[in-house]
Amino acid sequence: MPRYPLTTAATRGLWTCHGCSLLCRVPVAAADGSCCCPRCGAALHRRKPHGLQYAWAFLIAAVICYIPANLMPIMLTEMLSGTQRDTIMSGVVYLWQSGSWPLALVVFIASVLVPLLKILSLLLLLLTVQWRSRWAPRQRTRLYRLLEVVGPWSMLDIYVVGLLVALVQLQSLATIKAGPGAIAFGAVVVLTMLSAMHFDPRLIWDSIEDDDE
Amino acid sequence: MTMNAPAPQTDTSVLACHECDLLQYAPAVAGQVVCCCRCGCQLRHGSGCRPSTSLALVLAGLLVFVLANVFPVIGLEAGGTRTATTLLGTAWQLSQQQMQPVALLVLLTGVLMPGLELLCLLYLLLPLSLGRAPRGFAHVMRLVRILHPWGMVEVFLLGVLVSLVKLAHMAEVHPGIGLWSFFALILLLAGNASRFDAGQLWERYQTCRAIH
Repeated sequence: MPRYPLTTAATRGLWTCHGCSLLCRVPVAAADGSCCCPRCGAALHRRKPHGLQYAWAFLIAAVICYIPANLMPIMLTEMLSGTQRDTIMSGVVYLWQSGSWPLALVVFIASVLVPLLKILSLLLLLLTVQWRSRWAPRQRTRLYRLLEVVGPWSMLDIYVVGLLVALVQLQSLATIKAGPGAIAFGAVVVLTMLSAMHFDPRLIWDSIEDDDE
Repeated sequence: MTMNAPAPQTDTSVLACHECDLLQYAPAVAGQVVCCCRCGCQLRHGSGCRPSTSLALVLAGLLVFVLANVFPVIGLEAGGTRTATTLLGTAWQLSQQQMQPVALLVLLTGVLMPGLELLCLLYLLLPLSLGRAPRGFAHVMRLVRILHPWGMVEVFLLGVLVSLVKLAHMAEVHPGIGLWSFFALILLLAGNASRFDAGQLWERYQTCRAIH
């Protein structure tokens, strides 16, 4: 007996519209994108079109940007005593040493832990779908849901740098400038979000049904 | 391209989970949340809320949005000079330093995307609550769906708080009217997002269009 003796909408010839979420009946041999949603007129697809390819492309781009994002300075503080270059990690260390450890923890989670775990989780999801793994589909779906929620929070450091740049323009004492790392870091956030958006969680469950048949 | 009739079973009691595609039967009961029995994804919102309630939240949101972007968020006083900034000022200052990509990112996620989403919702909800069908409903609904994940006002607020603490070491900081407006904006946006039910709006649109 199969472990999940349940039918999916796709096996019954019912596709969910990606524009308005209406469940539509499609002809038996319909090709992807050949039919339109009767309610909103968008082309109907069985799964997100080319979801896996897009997700891989954005994820690989994010991994590439992740290296300069962590190695290059995201903030340059020019003081009378010289220029201080802060990377993401050194910013966290500075906060920790100056005694505000709750803040250091928030920044560490948002700018170091979240992007890293996001990239690793996406890698895990994409690899298991690629290998048609049947391992823990429920937990993987939950992981995907979590990814969508925490996605935007790594933008924190970009906003902090922006605000400091706009405020600290005291000619005599100090000026703060944004470093090239900020561009790379922003790119990582946007690319991982795009990758998660293009990934279709229904692919996790598809391999289970194919095996049951 | 062929147009299909909606499936006969696709009245509101047959649902396909949008995260695992499981077909399941759940009669619609007002005020009841429906979750997928296989993956646990929420399939139907519990709130049976009228568009006028959402409209009130959107209008209040737009008002607060203007306040939040006009008045300074933080002011800084050091060595006899005062500076203050808004979210728009932050983006402008970044673009002055040849950081246009970052400036654009801040502008889009902090101002343009949330603002446009509120305007789109106003465009949809105002005619619907008056019993009329807005033109281009499908396109605007799709736009809202695309814009929503990119609005990051709550992350910006956390960023403001982190900057306040960082700056408090070196100078005197003053939280501005903009900061309190951002707090209110987040509450209104969250209230709105939890009430937003695309399926319900589509049903209402179709009844409005059928009448006129």
